[in-house]
Amino acid sequence: MTDITKEAMVPPRSFLSQDAIQVFYRLLAALLICAVLAVLSDSFLSLGNILNVLRQASLTFFIASGLTLVVLTAGLDLSVGANVALSACIAGTVIHKTGSPALGILTGLACGGIVGLLNGIMVTALRIPSFIATYGMLWVLNGLTYWYMAGETLHGFPAGFRQIGSGYLFGLPIPVYLLLVFLGIGTLFAQRTIWGQEIYAIGANPVAARLSGIPVARRLLLVYAVSGTMAGLASIIFLSRLNSAEADIGESLTLPAIAAVLIGGTSLFGGVGTVFGTFIGALILTLVLNGMNLLSVSANWQPLVTGVIVILAVWLDMKTRRGTQ
Amino acid sequence: MSNAALAIEPSSPVPLLELRGISKEFPGVKALDDVSFAVYPGEVHMLLGENGAGKSSLMKVLCGAYRADAGEFYYKGEAVAINSTADAQKLGIAVIFQEFSLVPYLDIAQNIFLGREPKGRIPGTIDRRRILADATRVLDTIGFDIDPSTIVDKLGVAQQQMVEIAKAISQNARILVMDEPTAALSDRETELLFALIARLKADGVSIVYISHRMAEVFALGDRITVLRDGRRIDGVRPTDVTPDQLVRMMVGRNVDMTYPRHFADKPGELLLEVKGLTAPTGISDINIEVRRGEIVGLCGLVGSGRSEVARAIFGADPVTSGEIIFDGKTISGEPDLAARRGIALIPESRKSEGLALLRSVSDNLVVSALRKLFPSGLFDQRSAQRTADSLIRQLRIATPSARQTVGLLSGGNQQKVVIGKWLAAGSKLFIFDEPTRGIDIGAKSEIFALIDRLVAEGAAALMISSEQVEICHVCDRAYVMREGRIAGHLTRSELTEENIVRLGMHHA
Repeated sequence: MTDITKEAMVPPRSFLSQDAIQVFYRLLAALLICAVLAVLSDSFLSLGNILNVLRQASLTFFIASGLTLVVLTAGLDLSVGANVALSACIAGTVIHKTGSPALGILTGLACGGIVGLLNGIMVTALRIPSFIATYGMLWVLNGLTYWYMAGETLHGFPAGFRQIGSGYLFGLPIPVYLLLVFLGIGTLFAQRTIWGQEIYAIGANPVAARLSGIPVARRLLLVYAVSGTMAGLASIIFLSRLNSAEADIGESLTLPAIAAVLIGGTSLFGGVGTVFGTFIGALILTLVLNGMNLLSVSANWQPLVTGVIVILAVWLDMKTRRGTQ
Repeated sequence: MSNAALAIEPSSPVPLLELRGISKEFPGVKALDDVSFAVYPGEVHMLLGENGAGKSSLMKVLCGAYRADAGEFYYKGEAVAINSTADAQKLGIAVIFQEFSLVPYLDIAQNIFLGREPKGRIPGTIDRRRILADATRVLDTIGFDIDPSTIVDKLGVAQQQMVEIAKAISQNARILVMDEPTAALSDRETELLFALIARLKADGVSIVYISHRMAEVFALGDRITVLRDGRRIDGVRPTDVTPDQLVRMMVGRNVDMTYPRHFADKPGELLLEVKGLTAPTGISDINIEVRRGEIVGLCGLVGSGRSEVARAIFGADPVTSGEIIFDGKTISGEPDLAARRGIALIPESRKSEGLALLRSVSDNLVVSALRKLFPSGLFDQRSAQRTADSLIRQLRIATPSARQTVGLLSGGNQQKVVIGKWLAAGSKLFIFDEPTRGIDIGAKSEIFALIDRLVAEGAAALMISSEQVEICHVCDRAYVMREGRIAGHLTRSELTEENIVRLGMHHA
């Protein structure tokens, strides 16, 4: 069919890129929430509370940042939470058995990465839709973890190791430093490397990407492996902060991570979104839940509020984006 | 000039449907500007114009999808209003779009009567027996011999089109609007469609026919309306004009329809050699050679395996046996390897296979050259933009900026972006699959000039086209395919439309 509009008459894109504008809106939203909470609650603006918000947001962000890359390729990784649980339990066991936190950290990261790689293989070599492949993986990982832990709880880790999740450096929690580092790495990777560009291209049109000479299967493998490795990292932070691990710790992690990605403006259809947006998404989610705690709203309302925010954010995103459908 | 239409004696004194002074504006563009248009009973009315001339808008006004800002409608001489698709349907107007609106997993009968199913005796049920009988009757009237309980998904494009037509006829359509109905049909299917059109005409059905193919315009049309820039330029009878005159009306200037080509005295070194290539996609024992400086045609009917050969060479489809030798080395593997070695594929469907429509012109132009432009692996948006800007100038891509969303460009400019991404990648062999499909005449000639320049600079091209005229004028030589095999090879002196057709035809 012929085009109705003459291309020359469509206004050029504005000075700021669409992504920058969307991130700006989200920062405004986050600030607005802060302002409201500051008025409603005296304790919100206390240093302790703000650091607490950042630390909580960091855990969601680690999982959600890797997930963002998957979603950018129009995929989904539902196994991240279960991956955190398995990786935490295995890493914890290694630390207990060997007494070496370094070895435990490496094992945790490797476990997460291998699970991610398996997801990638299912999606590329076996061509199973990512939603189904990772959903199946979720059950498999849960099964493995429950069998491995047999109802036990791992508890008590070396003080040095516990510093990672609960220690401070120059007055800031260590996870906040890690958050900044991975926010930087993630943003650089997505925006400033050719791999990142290829990931956006795959998400925008996988067929065209393949016929443009992009090694689609290899990039997808990478993306799922990164998502798994970030889950591995989250498992270490989790283990170190709680000083314990059980089989069921992953169950409350996957859905908030997906929420952060969506609130952050990454499209489930792929090709659109940023890692920085996901950071703001994690922040908004954490701020709202924190505010509800401060205002003594029952925790039972939290899922409902999260759902409303996700729907609202995606709807606003669709309204404010020009040139997309 | 516009009085010319009135000077023509229509087959009936009163038009079945008449549009007067239709205007339709979108932000920033006047899609239709005071367009008048009349359809008489039992005529085939060809609607001509370049992309963006207003054909689609007019069609959408006609079927009620757009509401005209100004203008009047007359049905059999009486003023009527078309404000919705329901209004248009009541007047017997039906549109066969290029993208069919059939439900793939329902059968033919269910599709024909979708939303109007005859009720069964038990409330809430459908009278399955009657639906099948009714469908058979409708299919009979258009001469389509098929079991109405066949699932639509299993039908070919031509058959799905027949179902669309059957659906329209079952709704008592008196005016059938068809948007490039032969674009995806083979020659034989086209003949069947033309026969059906003749039959519908005899029954008094009027047909508004949008086409880019000159031959069809003269073979089918009773009258021709030419649109340009949203305005009606003229209405003529095919007997009163030559193709050249029509082209001039469409583009508003004299277009050099000669194909720009500088044939080399002697071709360069061998670049691609395909030996005994066989693939599960239905091609077997393909032998092809392409030298630097050559444009080699690959013709044959739609479905004869041309695209499959292109995809196999590019690594997009698996290969069973045979050898592909490129630049002296045997190659195999995925498209990323072929692309890295210097092979480019400009696929037939540029929207779904060639471009990321929602991404920018710049993003699309550099996507195949990322490794070449940024050997360190670090991407720089500004540097990418500079590369894109230079390609935009070089290829004269009409876009307000490199940041424009590529889906908003016209077909010709989108095609230039697809070619441009391989220029950026520095490809040596360009495989074009129907490079001019859906592109207006001005842009076609530019695309050919571009291909000519590429091969003059030492690249090589393998070009698939259903437009035999193009092959004859542009190619140094050509292979003709038939049923998955190479049926013959034509040298420059043997390259005529007759020879292509003769070699490509099925021998029952």
